[in-house]
This record gives sequence, C-alpha cells and structure tokens, in this order.
Amino acid sequence: MADQEQFADLAMPYMSALYSAALRMTRNPADAEDLVQETYLRAYRGFGGFREGTNLKAWLYKILTNTFINTYRAKKRRPEQTDLDDTEDFYLFRRLGGLEAAEANRTPESEVLESIPDEAVKEALEALPEQFRMAVLLADVEGFSYKEIAEIMDVPIGTVMSRLHRGRKQLQKSLWEFAGERGLRPEPARPEPAPQAGG
Amino acid sequence: MDCDKAIHRIYHYLDGELTIWRRRAIARHLDECPPCAEGFDFEIELRQVIASKCRDEVPPELRRRIAAALGEPLPEDPPETL
Repeated sequence: MADQEQFADLAMPYMSALYSAALRMTRNPADAEDLVQETYLRAYRGFGGFREGTNLKAWLYKILTNTFINTYRAKKRRPEQTDLDDTEDFYLFRRLGGLEAAEANRTPESEVLESIPDEAVKEALEALPEQFRMAVLLADVEGFSYKEIAEIMDVPIGTVMSRLHRGRKQLQKSLWEFAGERGLRPEPARPEPAPQAGG
Repeated sequence: MDCDKAIHRIYHYLDGELTIWRRRAIARHLDECPPCAEGFDFEIELRQVIASKCRDEVPPELRRRIAAALGEPLPEDPPETL
C-alpha cells in the first residue's frame, strides 16, 4: 500500500515528461493540460492501489494513456485503424548518403539531424497514426521496455514490436521529406542510393 | 552472422531486448562490418535526437493548478516557519 501523502513528492517530478507525452497524444496544448491534470487526479485517488517498489513512471503513463483513450479519443469519434507499409531498413541513413558521405567528408548525418528544428520532429511524430505514435513515443522518447509498453497500451508484446518497427520507419520517411522541404538534404546525394551492406 | 540478420534484429538490439548471446553475435558482426556499424550508430543518434527534441516545458499555471489540487504548498508560497 502506498501512502497518499507521499503521492505529490513521488509523482510531481514526472510532470514534464507526462506533459510532453500528452502534447504528442492530443496535439493540442489545451487538451494536453486537461489530460495531465486529470491523470494526476486519477493517480492521486488511485494511489492506494499502487504497489510500492513497482514502476511509478509506468503506472502514471498507463493512467495517462487510459485517460487519453477514454476521454479524448472518444470525443473525436475517430477509430483510426490506419496501417503503415513496411519500409526498407536504414531508410534515413541511406538517403543521407550513408557510409559514402562519411568517407567523402560531406556533411555528417549527425549534423543534418541536429539541424532539424524541434518543431519538425514533434510534427513528424504527431503525424503518425495513433497506435504507432504511442508505441514510438513510449519507447524512443520515454525509454520504456517492450513489456512496459505492452502493459501501458494493453496489447501483446508482438503488437508493440510491430508497431514500433513500422512507426519508426514512417517517422524516418517524414523526417526525410521534411529535410527536402527545408533544403536540409546534404549535397550531392544520389536519388536512390543502393544498400551498401557488405559481408 | 550476416548483414541481413544483424539489420533484421537492429531494433531489438538497440532496445536492449535480446539475449546476451544474440547481442554478442551482433556486436561481433558490427566489429567486422563498418557499413552496418555506421548504420547502427546513426539509428542510436537519431533516437537521441528525437528524444531530446520532443521535450516541452510545463506551463507554470498547470503546475500550480495540480499542486493546489493535490494540497501541496504552492511553489511561490513556501510554508511559514513556526
């Protein structure tokens, strides 16, 4: 049994992470604020059921996710059963020139990545269909394990893995398109570089 | 291990979701195969960039509202000393 008096001390430090996640989920600051507030109130009321020694962050994210699904998604009446096509591996790396670019001393891929504005990365993530967006957010931004994500989203681990796989690749495509629109693509780049994997 | 197998397991590897033996097999492949090693490094870096660029500041008003709802002393009003 967890003590409700401890709740604020333990849970308040996660507010920044929860708010960022809420923004990616709702794509709207007003809804994100309401979602975070509602999450804290529900967590506070339910804190007696939280088992000490288990993962508080994962527990808070589960409440955030459930609240989002029950409240905000229901409001929009948009089931979003979109699927994503599979894409080749190393999509973005290959388009940025891959190993050849590094050897030719062209703009390193890392500089191209750093030059992408925060807003563009957020937009690319927010453009993913919901179930893929949630998986990528929980894994790549928040660092949860497959098992934790499966529990938070209430889906089998295999589903988590396939959503991550496709969601990550789609995110790379979006970032590549963005780099093209903003003229951030390195020059000269061949339009469709062939895979360079040897061995 | 060949490139296709290593790349097939890239996300499991980067996510820390492989057995120690499979991890070692991939690590050995990366030692021997610069193109794959570069690709793996890029994926690690991309993930760090995504995580660092997806952070937002909590509006102070929201922080105050939640603190008040939880019965916490407000940040601006430290409790008086007795």
